[in-house]
Amino acid sequence: MNTFTTNIQLVYVLAAACFVIGLHLMNSPATARRGNQVSTAGMAIAVIATLVLLIHDGSVTGIGWTVLIVGALLGSIVGLYSARTVQMTAMPQLVSMFNAVGGGAAALVAVYEYIHDESTPGGVLGTTSVFTVLDVIIGSVTFTGSLIAAGKLQGIITGQPVVFRGGQVINAALAVIAVGTGAFMFTTASLPALLILVLASLAFGVMMVLPIGGADMPVVISLLNAFTGTAVAMAGFVVGNWALIVAGALVGASGGILTKLMADAMNRSLANIIIGGFGTGDSVVATAVAADAQIRSIAADDAAIQLAYASKVIIVPGYGLAAAQAQHGVAELASLLESRGIDVSYAIHPVAGRMPGHMNVLLAEANVPYPLLKEMDEVNPEFARADVALVIGANDVTNPAARRPGTAISGMPILDVDQAKSIIVIKRSMGTGYAGIDNELYTNSKTSMYFADAKKALAEMTAAVKTLVG
Amino acid sequence: MSTALVTDLTIFVLALLVGIEVIGKVPATLHTPLMSAANSIHGIVLAGALLIGITAHNAVGYVLAFIAAFFAAANVVGGYAVTGRMLKMFRRKAQPPAAQAPAAEAGAAPAQVPAQSAPDTRS
Repeated sequence: MNTFTTNIQLVYVLAAACFVIGLHLMNSPATARRGNQVSTAGMAIAVIATLVLLIHDGSVTGIGWTVLIVGALLGSIVGLYSARTVQMTAMPQLVSMFNAVGGGAAALVAVYEYIHDESTPGGVLGTTSVFTVLDVIIGSVTFTGSLIAAGKLQGIITGQPVVFRGGQVINAALAVIAVGTGAFMFTTASLPALLILVLASLAFGVMMVLPIGGADMPVVISLLNAFTGTAVAMAGFVVGNWALIVAGALVGASGGILTKLMADAMNRSLANIIIGGFGTGDSVVATAVAADAQIRSIAADDAAIQLAYASKVIIVPGYGLAAAQAQHGVAELASLLESRGIDVSYAIHPVAGRMPGHMNVLLAEANVPYPLLKEMDEVNPEFARADVALVIGANDVTNPAARRPGTAISGMPILDVDQAKSIIVIKRSMGTGYAGIDNELYTNSKTSMYFADAKKALAEMTAAVKTLVG
Repeated sequence: MSTALVTDLTIFVLALLVGIEVIGKVPATLHTPLMSAANSIHGIVLAGALLIGITAHNAVGYVLAFIAAFFAAANVVGGYAVTGRMLKMFRRKAQPPAAQAPAAEAGAAPAQVPAQSAPDTRS
């Protein structure tokens, strides 16, 4: 290693340190912005170091520079445009798209290196080919898998699990083809084998995500995020670059942790999610909600009275709130209540939304201060002291049926909404949640139902509170 | 197994452990920005895409280099931009609605703009 390459490697180490520090600063909302800046600086350093390396090397052709610069500029424009214009409700799709292009780029790096090495005598064989093959497989699976996930989130592809006969057999066959071809490539350099490997992996990505239902998206996005990180780390092995290895490992760890947290919050194993949607594998036992169970509905005025004369209100937002674009409406009602001296906080279930932490971002966008957003473990003991729990578009995560065995959601950690002194549920209809079971909370004697679209309901309640106290 | 490979593997395993340690401390409130930040960090694959340029001297190489550079740049630029945009929204205290209405606008129509309409003007 000469002095120049040593210096470049040291710069990469500096960049990697910036990534670690940047992620570390994300442990508090107060320092998170600085963390992102540190991480950005690290990235700029790494990219500049790479450009210096390319210039110093001197073997990049004129056309080479043109394709790299034009490609990177066009990519930057597309990336920047989507980042600037994306709605916060559509964040999961965007993250999924970034997973797709990241994984795709990592796979392309390996594909290129393989093609290049194959053309040089004695080139491709050896230990690095293991990483090349892994990079191609993981990167390609991530690419198509993330595109399908984004399509499902955007509603282009149905959010229902797409299950068809023989799906498992096809998946198994594709996996065998990919692994078999990969193993063959360790010993024999072959471009047709590379092509088969790429195609089988791309097909596997599609087949893996199609059968997964919309409600499982927080887990899937996290998992694909972990895959992308791993693919990038593999690309780092292929091109012999520490910055890629460290960055990829960090992302792999992050995605892995989030995957586990999300799966735990839904009380489902990863295998169960990948293999089949809700109700397809588990035996769903009908819950014991009697047909004549009393459901009380409530008018805006009565809801307003309950809210306006409460001393503590806990708001429980679910995806229905985001779907109705009602986050600004709930923030307005909450600040009106706060101005009357009422203690208002938000109970956020880990899977409230379409990706980890999604609801927090939606509420932050609606100008809700982050100290009011309480995590499940923190807020659950507080429900007993709450005069009103206002449930907006959340369903399964509030269902007390999860506490006893024998239901589709048994064992799932839930928000203890039923402990509150009174409960108001805003919901469009008595329809079931993703688990497809009745919510026992709705028939609780303390519960009143307010049947309306979340946005409309919140506007009516806010108006009623204003008239009442105004 | 070569020394370089052992070094690479060591770095990989240690980075994985550091990642688990650091990310385990991130609160649920920040999980979406965290994932978005991690997303931007894997945009480092741009460096890998650029390195293709060193040996790419034919049409196949150029096409692959172009697509890889395009993908990776979209990933890294978009990732950091959207993470920054999201984190800017996290505030300790709610801003008074008046602070959000641009001063010029308030001056043009004094006292006639109802204060509560201000928060809805943001996209």
